Amino acid sequence: MKTQQLMQGNEACAFGALYAGCNFYAGYPITPSSEIMEIMARELPRRGGVFLQAEDEIASISAVIGAAWGGARAMTATSGPGFSLMQEGIGYAAITETPCVVVDSQRWGPSTGQPTKAAQGDVMQAIWGTHGDHPVIVLTAGHVRDVFEMTVAAFNLAELYRVPVVLLLDEILSHMRENIFVPEPGELEVIPRSRPVNGAKPVAPFGGPFIPLGYGVRFSVTGLAHDDWGFPVEGPPAERLLRRIVEKVWSKAREIARYEALYLDDARAVVVCYGIVSRPAESAVEALRSEGLKVGLLTLKTLWPFPDFLFRELPTTVEYVLVPELNLGQLVREVERAVGGRARVEHLGRVDGYLLTPEQIAGRVVENLGRRV
Amino acid sequence: MTFVARDPVQVRLTGTGGQGVITAGIILAEAALMDGRNVVQTQSYGPEARLGASKSEVIISSRKIAYPQVTVPDVLLCLSEDAFNKYFRDRHDDTFVLLDSNVTDEPVEDGRRVFKLPIVATALQVGHKVVVNVVALAALNALTGLVSQASLKEAVLRRVPARFRELNEAAFAAGEELATMVGEAIP
Repeated sequence: MKTQQLMQGNEACAFGALYAGCNFYAGYPITPSSEIMEIMARELPRRGGVFLQAEDEIASISAVIGAAWGGARAMTATSGPGFSLMQEGIGYAAITETPCVVVDSQRWGPSTGQPTKAAQGDVMQAIWGTHGDHPVIVLTAGHVRDVFEMTVAAFNLAELYRVPVVLLLDEILSHMRENIFVPEPGELEVIPRSRPVNGAKPVAPFGGPFIPLGYGVRFSVTGLAHDDWGFPVEGPPAERLLRRIVEKVWSKAREIARYEALYLDDARAVVVCYGIVSRPAESAVEALRSEGLKVGLLTLKTLWPFPDFLFRELPTTVEYVLVPELNLGQLVREVERAVGGRARVEHLGRVDGYLLTPEQIAGRVVENLGRRV
Repeated sequence: MTFVARDPVQVRLTGTGGQGVITAGIILAEAALMDGRNVVQTQSYGPEARLGASKSEVIISSRKIAYPQVTVPDVLLCLSEDAFNKYFRDRHDDTFVLLDSNVTDEPVEDGRRVFKLPIVATALQVGHKVVVNVVALAALNALTGLVSQASLKEAVLRRVPARFRELNEAAFAAGEELATMVGEAIP
């Protein structure tokens, strides 16, 4: 019989990564992500993997990219200040189409901010933090089992789309413990690394599946605009590269979308949430439903590419959309754009380091919807 | 004993960094899990690892737990003066409160729901201040029945290295003994 375990969010992230076959970790410790690194330091060597404590976060992301090209399933974890330093490397991973996973356990910022307080202030940075148009997939999680599953999903999506995948956690979820059924081997899909077929004609290293170095194909890996063999180009081939690497993610929003919808069918109001805020949001929506108010809940687990289709397909009964976030208004802008004026969109932000409460969320919905059913 | 834990029940354990209140929360959560309940444990502390006020919260429920933090505690433990000053006021009429004897000189005990016990002093008597969280948990659970005694004891011993097993068993027994000092006082 399956037994439950009391597991911390960071623990679930580390064991989710190992479940997905992660065999390389490089990082620099920072609250509230440090437990991920501690567990990887303990677990990877005994499983034949490599653990590296780097001198800073720039070295960490660089080592992760190098390890991926060396054939490893590689990840790093950090928090806001370290995530800022990693942006250059994330851009390099994007243009070199390197599968890798970057976990950012968000804390109150900017700068050193409040290391032990939660926030969702890194959402736009996760999407747009590195310069230039670029592909990236951004995921998030709201409970401990979710952290495990979304970490596995991060490795799968990195492999499938050859992109850096950012998993956004936060201080509360990282440090929170709850009882979960830990997935058994084989329970969750793990997409393996593709391998070249023996004796087959060498294929170009860019534009197809990820083939690490060392399989007899000679090519270049560079941050310069490049052709399918990695050699520098300019003009139309550079444009083709950029359009291809961005479109491979933007055109797959539906396939990449992970979300949960509750009570949407007859909803007049919808609470749109992600990450740890999904917890008070769920409590709020359940309470409002029990009072007979027609309120739905949409919990996003993929933040980028943004699942526009979910908002285009909202029922026509929806007249009000509330987006509670632990920031001053970030994802709400995407929601507003995707809703496209079909309903009124409002933001509810909390930035004192503490979690929004069910009462704050329910209260705002009631203010706007009234008690009419 | 007439204190009947609500379902879900919200527990807030507070003290000073280094007193082990976060570990106490984890132990209580593990015991609740052994009892077959759903549980969420969260924590809050300052940027300093030691000596700031720290707080560990546990919600125990037979149903799914959505909101993971304590709104108003049903059970409150304060092991330090800082923690008392910060967290004592936040309670409802039926909140069961256990205080260390030294957290305040004010006569806050009501013989009904608010009690003081010499928890820190008992830990020192048992052998080391490091077991203050185990003394406190054993006493608190004896008074409130949050989890079964067997699960709590097992959860404590699972966390403890073999060489400290006896010390922690003694701390657990001393905590339960302490609880008998107020056992009769509860109407």
